[in-house]
Amino acid sequence: MTAVMDSPDIEDSGEIEEKKVSAIRRIRPKEFKPSDVVILLLTLAASYSIIWIIFAQLTLLSGALGFVVLWIPTFLFLYWFVNRQMFTRQVAVDRLIGSIVTLGAGIMMLPLVMLTIFVFQKGLPLLSWDVLTKTQQGVVYTGPSGNNIGGVAHALVGTIEEVAIAAAIGIPAALLTAVFINEVGGRFTKSVRVVVTAMSGTPAIVAGVFIYSIWVTKFHYSGFAGALALAIILLPTVTRGTEEVLKVVHNDLREAAIALAAPEWRTVWSVVLPTARSGLITSVLLGVAISIGETAPLIMTIFGNQVMNANPFVGPQMGLSLLSYKQIKLPIQSQIDLGYTSALVLFVLVFGIFILARILGAQRKGSGGGRRSLLSFVRWTPGSALEPNESAVVKKEEFSSD
Amino acid sequence: MTSELAPSPLKLANKRSNEDRLFRGVTRGAGLATFVILALIGVFLFIEALPAFRSQGWRFLTNTGWQTTGAHPQFGVLSALSGSIIIAVIGLIIAIPVSISCALFINEYAPDTLLRFIPFKNFLTAAVDLMAAVPSIIYGMWGFFILQPHMVGLEKWLSTFFGSLGIFQNTSGAYTSSFFIAGTIVGIMCMPIITSLCREVFSLTPSGEREGAMSLGASRARVIRDVVFPFSKGGMIGSIMLGLGRALGEAIAVAIIIALAFPLNFHVVQAGGNSIAALIALQWGAGGNLGTSALLAAGLVLFILTLIINMIASRIVNASKMAGR
Amino acid sequence: MTNEENMTEVLTGETDRRVASSATASPTSLRVDGVTAAELHAKGVHAWFGERMVLENVDLVMERTKVTALIGPSGCGKSTFLRILNRMHEIVPGASLAGSVDLDGEDIYDPNQRAATIRRHIGMVFQRPNPFPAMSVRDNVLAGLRFNRIKSKHKDEIIEEALTKAGLWSEVRDRLKDMGGALSGGQQQRLCIARALAVKPAVLLMDEPCSALDPGSTLRIEQTVKEIAHEVTVVIVTHNMQQAQRVSDKTAFFLSQDGNPGYIVETGKTEDIFARPQDPRTADYVQGRFG
Repeated sequence: MTAVMDSPDIEDSGEIEEKKVSAIRRIRPKEFKPSDVVILLLTLAASYSIIWIIFAQLTLLSGALGFVVLWIPTFLFLYWFVNRQMFTRQVAVDRLIGSIVTLGAGIMMLPLVMLTIFVFQKGLPLLSWDVLTKTQQGVVYTGPSGNNIGGVAHALVGTIEEVAIAAAIGIPAALLTAVFINEVGGRFTKSVRVVVTAMSGTPAIVAGVFIYSIWVTKFHYSGFAGALALAIILLPTVTRGTEEVLKVVHNDLREAAIALAAPEWRTVWSVVLPTARSGLITSVLLGVAISIGETAPLIMTIFGNQVMNANPFVGPQMGLSLLSYKQIKLPIQSQIDLGYTSALVLFVLVFGIFILARILGAQRKGSGGGRRSLLSFVRWTPGSALEPNESAVVKKEEFSSD
Repeated sequence: MTSELAPSPLKLANKRSNEDRLFRGVTRGAGLATFVILALIGVFLFIEALPAFRSQGWRFLTNTGWQTTGAHPQFGVLSALSGSIIIAVIGLIIAIPVSISCALFINEYAPDTLLRFIPFKNFLTAAVDLMAAVPSIIYGMWGFFILQPHMVGLEKWLSTFFGSLGIFQNTSGAYTSSFFIAGTIVGIMCMPIITSLCREVFSLTPSGEREGAMSLGASRARVIRDVVFPFSKGGMIGSIMLGLGRALGEAIAVAIIIALAFPLNFHVVQAGGNSIAALIALQWGAGGNLGTSALLAAGLVLFILTLIINMIASRIVNASKMAGR
Repeated sequence: MTNEENMTEVLTGETDRRVASSATASPTSLRVDGVTAAELHAKGVHAWFGERMVLENVDLVMERTKVTALIGPSGCGKSTFLRILNRMHEIVPGASLAGSVDLDGEDIYDPNQRAATIRRHIGMVFQRPNPFPAMSVRDNVLAGLRFNRIKSKHKDEIIEEALTKAGLWSEVRDRLKDMGGALSGGQQQRLCIARALAVKPAVLLMDEPCSALDPGSTLRIEQTVKEIAHEVTVVIVTHNMQQAQRVSDKTAFFLSQDGNPGYIVETGKTEDIFARPQDPRTADYVQGRFG
């Protein structure tokens, strides 16, 4: 009864048991009873009305935000007080902490929901095949707004080219670095890890000015320069992620390969990397998703232009994020709207890559990539001794097998 | 064989094949390349920043203006540096409680499934990760067009009731484009990073101690306070420091919101402010060759600052790990 | 003993009066009187992890101030049953149960009972010693009081008494400031026992408390179990049949076959179970033919 949860005969017997004992009342103990829900709702209502009354007096603090800012502490205090009176102090504190924590999660999710609505609401009206295929060529920003708003095609092409080149440079470098840290090792392992950490904390704009100083001053603005900057952003992210994934690969597998007299590179190439494949895909895609949305380093590398430039090696290029940034600063509403649309396209791209990472990463359960937070791949602590979490399933089995 | 010879360990010669030596060489090369890149960042920024340093000398660190053209250029990074720090601190004040709460909620409170079929915990984790991947330009636009109008009311209230504290003073009557709004957006942008890392650290709390506390009658809040927090202290500090690094370096969202103002300013709810990253983004291409050089110099300052913070953070984390084990 | 009385007063102080006062609202008022050993009676207990049933219809009386041993092969649900007895089962995601567990006649699964309160009255010692590593020996013993916000002026007495009962006092009296993790494995486990005893539980559950320890430490723990049984009801899960014979008054034999849920094959006085088992499966097991 240990690791046989999914074997069919157990499943069957379980169902038989289920029928036999269906009369038994199953208990799933809850600390929070219906009466407690009533208390919670009443407290919410009471604090709402209190603040509503006070708010009418304090007209200065206007707007929904001010209301919520006052409502939350009032509710928390009232809830604590009510529970203190009705139950013990411990219950009150426990519930207080519980509501604070739940509120925290709610506040956290709120911007994401609002952002998504915002981007779609503002960007969708203008989105059309026309906008996706046209460029800004010939668009005059100073004239009366209206007929000619142009499109985002040049930025879309630019973004894809820049990110593709950045990935082509950054990902192999990142994989090799991670393999060096985790598989090859040597005197420099620790310091390389520290350096990768330091790089992952380096602001994106620093990557931009660096590429400007080392490349653009000699070879001028180009999509390739932007790609170099993005590669610098991509490199530490993917390296850390890959390293975490490689750590999860069991050492038995490596030893088995060595015992079969496989050369080192074969062990890595044919055993270690394939085992970690889904986790690798996730970490790579997350790196790409993060770098695709960068704006700051593009300002001083690709510079931006209005026309289609499909050649990333010569002359300024455009990117979706940079286009948004430039458009929303313009004084014409229709041009600002185009900036929204460009941001929407960018958001959809990031979201798509993100979902892809999630799906591919969750494919195989045993590889350790699926259940964990994607962001754990950008974990940065050097010499991180954090072990991968045990999944809930493992814990369950521990308990059940007495 | 004489008995005088002390036994010495056999020296094992492990002769690697050529392909393995190539493999090792290539991977080591990649590893060492990261050193080279980091060093190059420092060196090249310094070289390109030299004209700016020559022009201003040490005053670059103490000047507040940004006059890079004309016969008597006068510029310095002080107000931008202090602005970066103000924004980052505001951001962290907002982000830390929310992030830690959210991480605790996901780890300790959220049910695995909601209504029996929504994988609630996984969903929340994915949402937090997605928030981290949302481009900063979108945060900036949202902050400028949606959040700012809401924030103004709060700012007015703060300046009315707490204006005497100095930092909430508003002398101009303009409340938009302030440090407070920029800091709030930066805080929101830091939240997913801090949340994700804290959650990871919390989930590593040994179940033995957790159950030990529960078996003594500890409530959930108690378990958090007396088991989860002490265990996760180092990791929490580390993730906050990482958040600080991100907050200091955020350029675009701040550039969209803040109205660039060069005098040293500590009035956080008042229009106008400065930050290194936003300064570079906003002033790029303006101010001539010396201006560009000055911006690169500012970039170098930012680079060194974040480098130091990251080094300290990793030290703290490592030290607390040693103590914990 | 005045000391004893003080502690009783301490423990039944603020928090418990709270429980008592809220008792008017709730039908049951669990053990407001505090400290004497109690009888634990499991009735028709079933347990599931997800949809998989792991324990079926277990009835067992664990008598006051007696030691009850739960024996049986691996995976038969003994530990799950033990964790049901102080509501630790429910913290596993997807876990559920059916039936009732009465502590001196009051159902610990009554909706008006708080799990934390139950766990205070029914303590637990785990398979692996789990002292809080960041706390000193002293703080470890006092942890239960701290968690339950019990204030006491007699902390030193409580510490000495709990450590003495756990047979650890003489070894650590000079090391109370040391960290809990600095003790040896056997000492750590006795520290965990002292920690559980310091809140004066009515029942102490022990989940294979010696399985991670050497024979010498095991012996010390067994002595401790026998000594504390005078004032607290003990339920001990063990794989070691000699241990069950040495320490327990009553034994329940659990079994699960072919992945079916576990159940109790036979219950009885320990000497009867080992000398004159009624069921052939029990006989096979206690004579070491399987398991």
